[in-house]
Amino acid sequence: MRLITTQLARKGLLVLSRAAAFPALLATSAATWAAPGDAVVDEAKRWVVNMTEGVTAVSREIFDLHMLIFWICVAIAVVVFGVMFWSMLMHRKSVGAKAASFHESTMVEIAWTVLPFVILVLMAIPATSSLIKIYDTSEADIDIKIVGYQWKWQYEYLGEDVSFFSNLTTSQDEIYGRAPRGEHYLLEVDEPLVIPINKKVRFLITANDVLHAWWVPALAVKRDAIPGYINDAWTIVEEPGIYRGQCAELCGKAHGFMPIVVHAMEEQDYNDWLVEKKKEAVEIAKMNELILPLDEMYARGEEVYLQSCAACHGVDGKGGVGPSMVGTAITTGPMQGHVDVLVNGVQGSAMQAFGNQLSELDLAAVVTYERNAWGNNMGDMVQAVDVLNYKKNQ
Amino acid sequence: MQHEQPTGPLSTTLDLRRLIMRLVAVVVAMFFFGFALVPLYDLFCDVTGLNGKTNSTAFIPATELVDTSRNVTVQFVATNNEGMPWEFRPEIFKLSVHPGEEIETTFFARNPQRMTMVAQAIPSVSPGRAAAYFHKTECFCFNQQVLEAGGTVDMPLRFIVDRDLPASVNTITLSYTLFDVTADQSEQVLSAASVSMASSVNTATL
Amino acid sequence: MGDHGPAKGFGRWLYTTNHKDIGTMYLWFSFAMFLMGGVFALVIRAELFQPGLQLVEPEFFNQMTTMHGLVMVFGAVMPAFVGLANWLIPMMIGAPDMALPRMNNWSFWILPFAFAMLTSTLFMEGGGPNFGWTFYAPLSTTYAPPSVTYFIFAVHIMGASSIMGSINIIATILNMRAPGMTLMKMPLFVWTWLITAYLLIAVMPVLAGCVTMMLMDIHFGTSFFSAAGGGDPILFQHVFWFFGHPEVYIMILPAFGIVSAIIPTFARKPLFGYASMVYATASIAFLSFIVWAHHMFTVGMPIAGELFFMYATMLIAVPTGVKVFNWVTTMFRGSMTFETPMLFAIAFVILFSIGGFSGLMLAIAPADFQYHDTYFVVAHFHYVLVPGAIFSIMAAVYYWLPKWCGNMYDERLGKAHFWLSFIGLNVTFFPMHFVGLAGMPRRIPDYALQFADFNQIASMGAFLFGFSQVFFLFIVIKTIRGGAQATDEVWDNPEGLEWTIASPAPYHTFTTPPAIK
Repeated sequence: MRLITTQLARKGLLVLSRAAAFPALLATSAATWAAPGDAVVDEAKRWVVNMTEGVTAVSREIFDLHMLIFWICVAIAVVVFGVMFWSMLMHRKSVGAKAASFHESTMVEIAWTVLPFVILVLMAIPATSSLIKIYDTSEADIDIKIVGYQWKWQYEYLGEDVSFFSNLTTSQDEIYGRAPRGEHYLLEVDEPLVIPINKKVRFLITANDVLHAWWVPALAVKRDAIPGYINDAWTIVEEPGIYRGQCAELCGKAHGFMPIVVHAMEEQDYNDWLVEKKKEAVEIAKMNELILPLDEMYARGEEVYLQSCAACHGVDGKGGVGPSMVGTAITTGPMQGHVDVLVNGVQGSAMQAFGNQLSELDLAAVVTYERNAWGNNMGDMVQAVDVLNYKKNQ
Repeated sequence: MQHEQPTGPLSTTLDLRRLIMRLVAVVVAMFFFGFALVPLYDLFCDVTGLNGKTNSTAFIPATELVDTSRNVTVQFVATNNEGMPWEFRPEIFKLSVHPGEEIETTFFARNPQRMTMVAQAIPSVSPGRAAAYFHKTECFCFNQQVLEAGGTVDMPLRFIVDRDLPASVNTITLSYTLFDVTADQSEQVLSAASVSMASSVNTATL
Repeated sequence: MGDHGPAKGFGRWLYTTNHKDIGTMYLWFSFAMFLMGGVFALVIRAELFQPGLQLVEPEFFNQMTTMHGLVMVFGAVMPAFVGLANWLIPMMIGAPDMALPRMNNWSFWILPFAFAMLTSTLFMEGGGPNFGWTFYAPLSTTYAPPSVTYFIFAVHIMGASSIMGSINIIATILNMRAPGMTLMKMPLFVWTWLITAYLLIAVMPVLAGCVTMMLMDIHFGTSFFSAAGGGDPILFQHVFWFFGHPEVYIMILPAFGIVSAIIPTFARKPLFGYASMVYATASIAFLSFIVWAHHMFTVGMPIAGELFFMYATMLIAVPTGVKVFNWVTTMFRGSMTFETPMLFAIAFVILFSIGGFSGLMLAIAPADFQYHDTYFVVAHFHYVLVPGAIFSIMAAVYYWLPKWCGNMYDERLGKAHFWLSFIGLNVTFFPMHFVGLAGMPRRIPDYALQFADFNQIASMGAFLFGFSQVFFLFIVIKTIRGGAQATDEVWDNPEGLEWTIASPAPYHTFTTPPAIK
């Protein structure tokens, strides 16, 4: 028995000494978790222990409130644990302490009921004031509707006729370790939300399917996206920059893969961007009139496929969560059926209707790609105008 | 072990039987209470005024007085829920109205599918506390909307912003989410709609 | 009546109406569930060891997080406390057994059935439940895998088990105390279980209602939680958390009772403020009914509601603080020794309080907009549940095992288990405060690069903690098979009727009620 426990003690010491050396190991710039080629994360960002102060008056107020409560808790902990540790040291049987017999005191019970209550009231006052500010969505300059989808966000600038989807751009290869990870791994999108600084932006948040939540820590805005209901929130960003956030409500398998990127810029730059976006809509409509050769459609389709389809159907088309597309009835069958699946989705399955999410050109391109890639070799193709007509004439 | 004569409240078989009858009666009563909860819940909401939602049946205005000294912006937003393929948009994004004034606007809808479909629009008002002051006198959300294949419709909405709308609220956003409820319909609804439509179903050119 | 002792063979366990046997079965069942739930946790932590997906697909990861929560809450913590209640309450109040011994048997035996069914969903088409242990609609209704129906059935069965157990506990405590044991003379463990049993009876039916509404929405065309039919997904959250918040107090009040028994023994000093402790427990129980929406601060509640729930939640800190102060004052000017149960009890007071502090921070609604659904919340509840509920259960096992089986555990092994667990859990859960504040959301299988370092540390801590529990299993088995003989009193002048009978406790105890001073 003594031998076993000595061995255990030795093992324990070994574990503890390794544990002590570990922080030194981790602090080296070559992070032990990084794969070769992964972006090097700034040392400061790696060991962040506190909330961000953010870039809005509200975010700073929330940060200050957080720190206030934190320090009050630390103070109480120091007192209470202090008494405990003192007691554990001085009131031990092994140093000869004799147990007292006192076991009640109404006065003391009242004191340590009333004093914490008073402290709580003092905490509640600034908290109430901040909450009232957070709830005041009135007099906004810009209204943006945000819709959470499985698994992406859609942004619509109300009254401006600008609307687009925002998808994660980190590739499957990066996620599965087949390619080096970039600096903004899992926090990068194709179309960020662009807003002007120093203007009150009101967000109208809802969801398309299940619950999601829109959260950007730097703005201190988090609101649940509820299908059938509208929630509102607001922000006034004070510093131009790029701010990243994530979905904050479990919404299915890719809950961790639908980030938010907000690009806050000077008002003039925002206005220019808005004009560009409207032009883009016109250009996309124009592109939908293009007749393109097979190889161009194929190349474009491959890009669209990797961006929007590979996550479920596999980089190689062999499937994953979604079914394979290699030599299947849909991809090697009638064109109309294939287009229909893309435009209208498949009821009762996870295959969404992409008719409103991708442009007609992109839809035509990805159908063309799927019919000719991976040995499918159908030799046929579809043009953007065909997809447009299909949608109109359903 | 000798069993002694039992004493106490359940000492006879009759006592036990009575207790069981009472307990069964409670269970049955609770079961019917479940059904009674439906009108009771409505009563509770009426009495307390608690209900964060805007009205789902037509509002009948008591007075026609309009507060011309005040302007309120009303915004209209349309969203499709998953699997709802209709085109659905407000005729106009926003209006400036006077509290007490009856306003009319429309929402456009088009069914691009090759079959009759039935939709349900669900309203949601922002900010939440404005919901109680936003009265719809006529709304396409009161009923399910049937549209034949390829059909279009301009759905009317009539509303009055209550004169008692708090002074701090100057913008109200009315948002509709359109849901596809075709699958929940009975045969009769769908076939009745099919009879009334012309056979102008366009076929795809692919 | 002649003393015929327990029956032989498997039939003994299947048909037993003896509270000691049933308590033993509940405890072994909960230990098995604890290890299984722990394995699910290690799958989670193994995947989160590094950025990227290496071991499991996101769909399976979601099943692991869901099952880890369900198994730990309903399979490990709650049955363990019921097992302790079964073993200890009759002995503590001088009663020969529980009031309803046959129902007691049934309460236990439906649990292995329910958990076998729940675990089997992992192997069904579409996989097991993947919507979090909080199973919000519509992810858990319209978008759920086919196995959700079995999940609902399992929840109903677990609920029935808890309700029956609670009825039994209340009937026992109110009717079968030895003459002279007034309510205010009962050990605090009995008080906390009395109050917990009322909480269970009040809220388990609410959970049953919640999952039945889910069942209706999924299979019978209703729209409780669907806006399309006039319902509301937020209704689900209100109903669930009306159950859910009292549930977490159900998982901690018995722990308070255990710690209130252990600290006085090892401080050799009576519990300070007994009456206060009773009132504080009752206050916590009452308040637990009116704080539920603090789990929902980001759903878009009207401001009046948000403020009410913030104030009420902050208020719970008062009676909880009173209890902590009373424990510390019990220790103060005592004559302490630090055997294993005392180590777990002291660690409980310190680390549960840390969990309480993060809870107070979470109660501040504006700040919660930054904490909600992040790892800060995960850190909070693991601090109150692991060094909270779980440590109290381990303390109880070390404290009362010699009474149950007649053998002392090995003190050095017990202490080693304590220190390994203490270090393991802190290394696992403390860094979660940091990554949560830094912006890492919950329930994600992969994360941005800046969260990697603390996640790696947390994963290592998790494996240390996990393997320490296998060590605990070894200690328990070793003790039962043969340790040093335990005395009747086991410890130095402990208070309580259970220490006036032999160790191991005879199969039937207090067949005649004892005299109470």
